[in-house]
Amino acid sequence: MAMFSQNPIMNGPSYSFNDAPRVNGPEGARQHRFDPYTDNGGSTLAIAGADFTIMAGDTRLTSGYSINSRHHPKLFKIGGTTADQKDATIVLSVVGFMADGEALKERLDTICKMYRYRHGKPMSVKACAQRLSTILYQKRFFPYYAYAILGGLDEEGKGAVYSYDPVGSYEREQCRAGGAAASLIMPFLDNQVNFKNQYEPGSGEGHALQEVARRPLTRNEVETLVKDAFDGAVERHIEVGDGLQMMVITSTGIEEILLPLKKD
Amino acid sequence: MPGFDFSNYNRNAALCARGMSLPKATSTGTTIVGCIFDGGVVIAADTRATSGPIVADKNCEKLHYISPNIWCAGAGTAADTEFTTALISSQLELHSLSTGRKPRVVTCMTLLKQHLFRYQGHIGAYLVVAGVDPTGTHLFTVHAHGSTDKLPYVTMGSGSLAAMSVFETLWKPSMTRDEAVELCSQAIQSGIFNDLGSGSNVDVAIITADKTTLKRNYVKPNERVPKLRSYVFRRGTTAVLNEKIIRKEDLGNYVSVHELSTAAAEEGGDDKMEVDT
Repeated sequence: MAMFSQNPIMNGPSYSFNDAPRVNGPEGARQHRFDPYTDNGGSTLAIAGADFTIMAGDTRLTSGYSINSRHHPKLFKIGGTTADQKDATIVLSVVGFMADGEALKERLDTICKMYRYRHGKPMSVKACAQRLSTILYQKRFFPYYAYAILGGLDEEGKGAVYSYDPVGSYEREQCRAGGAAASLIMPFLDNQVNFKNQYEPGSGEGHALQEVARRPLTRNEVETLVKDAFDGAVERHIEVGDGLQMMVITSTGIEEILLPLKKD
Repeated sequence: MPGFDFSNYNRNAALCARGMSLPKATSTGTTIVGCIFDGGVVIAADTRATSGPIVADKNCEKLHYISPNIWCAGAGTAADTEFTTALISSQLELHSLSTGRKPRVVTCMTLLKQHLFRYQGHIGAYLVVAGVDPTGTHLFTVHAHGSTDKLPYVTMGSGSLAAMSVFETLWKPSMTRDEAVELCSQAIQSGIFNDLGSGSNVDVAIITADKTTLKRNYVKPNERVPKLRSYVFRRGTTAVLNEKIIRKEDLGNYVSVHELSTAAAEEGGDDKMEVDT
């Protein structure tokens, strides 16, 4: 019945003055709306290795069905001493609402620089991760609409990846995909990085089967996985494409790689 | 009485005050175009089908057959374009059989618009109708609410603005067949690269008085990038928690089985279809 309605908002049987829903308040109060957020699409990815961390993100910036930019980076070096960030050791990636993402990056970078000025040493990833969580939660009721991932090396020199929700809940992880194609990439990562759902052939029967043992991936393997993950996402998600920006964080510094992706 | 009819103005103003929004125009992810040239007409389409932000089909067909000399490019709800064109194609075939004449493009366009108007836009079919008939070469657009246009070059779908910008810069009156095909292909590619709802390949159909040529995947500017690594798993990688083997001779215990003699089986295959004469 409702399906054949002539009234698009009511989904009821017909136009009627009495039945029409009120958008205005009961005593003639006007309802105003404020839409401060946009989704700018795109996807990010981070994988921690034994002595390195690889962060990646596509470089397409969208709104609706339009491409605003084919090269707009989502990865930012954080806490260097200079404007070009050449001595930075931490990388922040953001997806969601790009304006909020970049505002968040500015805040975190400034805080890291202030820490270095006051304490005479760079911020550890662990400290930076906790501070980022605090920044996000401070805006609990008007959040930064950004899904952040923080990557670097921990105090022991091991790869560290911290992932966040927009209001500051965070966790240290081995790998994480974020943004538009996260639901396409994350299962692939579970299978290829943590070897989920993979068992040793013939190692037992039913539940007694032995899981494939986890082993640290080499830098080359991870770079290959990242490229393949994005090539797959580009095929099936319209908001992902144009370029792939990768940052490899090692004890010797941060190496940046730019690769082309499909542009349709 | 001449002039506009404002009899609905008060009703619409009252509805707006009550919070009813005006009908909103929607366009779904596709680029389709058409262009007339000297001696015929070209239509073209991209091949991406989407559901939300996900690509549902990377190489679908958006050029629909109406009759040998009339073809249709469809944007909007996939099922609606598919069924509407098939329905009108069937009606036109019967009409042509009963009149003993070749179907005309205006007839097709009129059937489409009357069908779509009856459903007040609920059938989300946005079409480019093109063809050559005894009265000449024709190119139309038909919107889901039933309005039509007759123009020398047309675009539709979410990529229509990108495609139209190509037509507006490169179109000229009086083109050769090859020039028109190239122009349409360029217009579609503009949609493919600049509109997220459009993508993959270009399909083209060229209709002239003596024949129709369908060029499926005329341009393929978005070939898949090969994977850097092989993702083949070793046999036995997936856990099997329990298994049960049912032999063919024990099948009768689970479902009813009827043995067919080989002779009966062959006879069945040879059955003649009954045809009204």
